[in-house]
Amino acid sequence: MTLLDFARGPALQWSLIILVFGVLWQLLGTILIGVKKDLSKPRRNTAVRDGLATIATRSLPEHQFEKKIRFQHFSGYAWHVALFIAVLFSAPHILFFESVLGFGWPHLPNGIILVTAAIALAILFALVIRRLSHPVQRLISNADDYISVIVVIVPLVTGMLASAHIGARYETLLAIHFLSVEALFVWFPFGKLMHTALTFPSRFRAGAAFGRRGVKA
Amino acid sequence: MRKHQTLGVYLHAQGVSRRAFLKFCSATASLMALPPSAAAQVAAALAAARRPSVIWLSFQECTGCTESLTRSHAPTLESLIFDAISLDYHHTLQAASGESAEAARIAAMEENEGEYLLVVDGSIPLGNPGYSTIAGMSNLDMLRETAGGAAAIIAVGTCAAFGGIPHASPNPTGAVSVSEIITDKPIVNVSGCPPIPVVITGVLAHFLTFGTLPDLDHLGRPVAFFGQNIHDRCYRRPFYERGQFAHTFDDEGARKGWCLYELGCKGPTTYNACATLKWNEGTSYPIASGHGCLGCSEPDFWDKGSFYTPISAGLWGSRETLIGAAAAGAALGVGSALAARARKKKARAAEEAES
Ligand code: SF4
Repeated sequence: MTLLDFARGPALQWSLIILVFGVLWQLLGTILIGVKKDLSKPRRNTAVRDGLATIATRSLPEHQFEKKIRFQHFSGYAWHVALFIAVLFSAPHILFFESVLGFGWPHLPNGIILVTAAIALAILFALVIRRLSHPVQRLISNADDYISVIVVIVPLVTGMLASAHIGARYETLLAIHFLSVEALFVWFPFGKLMHTALTFPSRFRAGAAFGRRGVKA
Repeated sequence: MRKHQTLGVYLHAQGVSRRAFLKFCSATASLMALPPSAAAQVAAALAAARRPSVIWLSFQECTGCTESLTRSHAPTLESLIFDAISLDYHHTLQAASGESAEAARIAAMEENEGEYLLVVDGSIPLGNPGYSTIAGMSNLDMLRETAGGAAAIIAVGTCAAFGGIPHASPNPTGAVSVSEIITDKPIVNVSGCPPIPVVITGVLAHFLTFGTLPDLDHLGRPVAFFGQNIHDRCYRRPFYERGQFAHTFDDEGARKGWCLYELGCKGPTTYNACATLKWNEGTSYPIASGHGCLGCSEPDFWDKGSFYTPISAGLWGSRETLIGAAAAGAALGVGSALAARARKKKARAAEEAES
């Protein structure tokens, strides 16, 4: 079995099993754990609306900190948008999703995907440098943050190399790309990458709880 | 051609002009990635070469490799060069049969001990010696016996080079390649199902010119022919870069000649010279004829999933396993949440009892 066969076969199978198992475990375990019953009289009964409003308001920079966090905030957006375009609209990726999900969607040309991936990579590097050089950010960062960054950077770099055929034989680059994505799958449920699944539910829950007490979330 | 006649004299007698011969030599030199100045050396060496004795053994194979070499549209210089060797034993081509055929093999081996070239096509079954025999002799014994006095071995076709189709899972005959049995002789793997004829003659020409075998890649294949993958030389590559793919074999993309990646083309992971040398005297090759590359010159090409599965798609087991993993994860999530709730409830009850 070649490295590529291993990466496309058993390694993929097991990493997907761990991903699906871990995400459902973490997600349901977190959501169903419940919160302490609030015995106070609700100020208003608009939990769903407050929850949804908080998802929206927290997606924009908080007004009083706006100047300070503008770079962080919008570069975060740019990074996520570029990443999603590169991941979701590359033709080989869509063929991969099709093999797992059973359906596909239209793709973008290779060149656009490469440029978008390069932009995503540049933004991520800028954010990592900021994290390392900013005393407060450095203080609140732990190993989880750095591992999460690494498991995202490596697939981006190897994907770009594979798509441009630079550095090694295509099958080796493709195998390493597969394996790096599989490392991401395995890490995903157990590290901060789970924010992908938990960001909106947690904002919703905070908004609903604050709203009940009549406080702006 | 008489045995001691030189190749130059033989080709001249066949009506091959000096100009055509030199053209062939420059093409061979460039095919073998030699500098242009080497063409004269190739010409001089080939013209003076005496026909080497070649023994061709066919084991578990389909005769496609021999067909590829001998059934070209018109006689080519390559085939004339091939005619010029002393093919002392070849089941399909030799006139002799039965015991006299085997006697020809033994005689060639004795006469040219340590100097003859052994060409093998087909894989060798190790499961049971009776799966494939020639004149009552198992393929394994015949290979060992004939390889003993050979100067070098050319494993022609993917079956001889890597086990090929007989080796495909579940490999009922226990088929293996030549290099898995013979480890003390120089072996060149000219893989392909079938291999490109000019690659076979190119290796022969190299041997005749320099008396050595060409540079080989990590799979024992001549780098000059297998150094680049099909994708890097494919004329459909601009469509790949632009993201223009044929989705089916009869859609607009297919008619416009767009890239066949989505239809399972294995060009990006296949190393061979099809895209440059092509087949039938440079007429076409599979991708040019509208079908993706099958990756036939790579080991285990038969066991890498469907020919029509794109290489970026997984070769993984089943969606059922994922559904099972999802169910198990969900059960664990619900269970751990309930357990946490029960712990909290118990702690609260204990707190209340204390106060
Ligand atoms: S047809 Fe095959 S070899 Fe040619 S560009 Fe497309 S994927 Fe590559």
